[in-house]
Amino acid sequence: MARKITLPLTEELAKTLHAGDQLLLTGTIYTSRDAGHKRMCEALAKGEKIPFDPTDATIYYVGPTPAKPGHVIGSAGPTTSGRMDAYAPTMMSVGARGMIGKGARLPEVVEAMKKYSGVYFGAIGGAGALLAKSIKKAELIAYEDLGAEALRKLYVEDMPVVVIIDSEGNNLYEEGRKAYLDSKK
Amino acid sequence: MREINVSTLTDVIERLCIEANEHLPEDVKCAIRGCRACEDGEIAKGVLDNIIENFEIADNENVPICQDTGMACVFLEIGQDVHLVGGDLAEAVDEGVRRGYTNGYLRKSVVKDPVRRGNTGDNTPAMLYTEIVPGENIKVTVGPKGFGSENMSQIRMFKPSAGLQGIKDFILEAVETAGPNPCPPMVVGVGIGGTFDKCALLAKKALMRPLDSSNPDPFYADLEKEMLEKVNELGIGPQGFGGKTTAIGLNIETMPTHIAGMPCAVNINCHVTRHKSEVI
Repeated sequence: MARKITLPLTEELAKTLHAGDQLLLTGTIYTSRDAGHKRMCEALAKGEKIPFDPTDATIYYVGPTPAKPGHVIGSAGPTTSGRMDAYAPTMMSVGARGMIGKGARLPEVVEAMKKYSGVYFGAIGGAGALLAKSIKKAELIAYEDLGAEALRKLYVEDMPVVVIIDSEGNNLYEEGRKAYLDSKK
Repeated sequence: MREINVSTLTDVIERLCIEANEHLPEDVKCAIRGCRACEDGEIAKGVLDNIIENFEIADNENVPICQDTGMACVFLEIGQDVHLVGGDLAEAVDEGVRRGYTNGYLRKSVVKDPVRRGNTGDNTPAMLYTEIVPGENIKVTVGPKGFGSENMSQIRMFKPSAGLQGIKDFILEAVETAGPNPCPPMVVGVGIGGTFDKCALLAKKALMRPLDSSNPDPFYADLEKEMLEKVNELGIGPQGFGGKTTAIGLNIETMPTHIAGMPCAVNINCHVTRHKSEVI
């Protein structure tokens, strides 16, 4: 059974989550991918603020399709997280604790997660129509010129995710595959 | 000689861009459902259930299956007795893509320069492939290609001495390296032979072939079956969380090559293997 979680992702909450946990997230999250992360990290390097308060925030790596009339948002599944590896430790260093995406992360990201009690959630890649159902509000907050890559503030209800890497560095990609292969021995 | 106005192509491509992005081909749906029935892990079953629910929502509500609505790969098989009139062919194709991605609320995912970037704003240009064939019809295929999986594709120029074993090891290596990144369960398109560029195109064409079909050569039909089994023994599983279903299909296309070479390309696709064709 999936456990219901309410954001923000405090350090206390993050430490209760373990790789392989199936969760339903409710609360505010922010969207950003390659170009948005690049801009935010450039701003941080210059000592400037980023467009949202990163404290205990969760960032969803997504570039949605445009909303059809009457819809809150278009299809909105995760993009490959590895492209944000260069930026993720910086984002965690200012407090952004949660990441939602898909695919492998570099060891330095996992080290930063251990240091800052970060959690990496997986949403189902390619399930953009389904995931859009859990997005109840969407508001463009910055970088409008980036189109699909603009920064958006989302309110999600019961968004289905799985903990891929927890704050201790346990990794579902390694453990899940090993468990399956062991079961076939 | 049959005259076809290029504006007809624009209209067809606009429609195919939208339909391909909203409705998964029946053979792909069938392959996913078949894998769900055979899967035994709880997380793996849950993932496949969500994937099935997702394409059903897209079907029923006419929304994109995936938010990466891809680069528009457009294949034109043009009959040699066709005379195209009314304008520039490539412009007509791009206009179809422009209208499809704008009117269909699809994501614009193309940058105008690979290094300097900058979104073109309308998902053009199309990746256009033309082939001249006998007849007086045009077969149009639109296959939107997402880049989560495209980025995990590989090509290698083997020495002929590497033999069949070299090809087999390379396919497994490519899938292993891709791991959870291309949104497994994947579809694996393999091209063997030709030149460096033709080989990559063969791999892309392999992804357009229905998953319930086989290579007409029994040698490669058997190799498709064997390699799909081997890929699924890797245990990567749906979304990389572990399980039986790492790939739902593996197609191989081949062509003659040089005495000195044996190129092999592996084009990886996700479970959203989209393509839609129409004959004009």
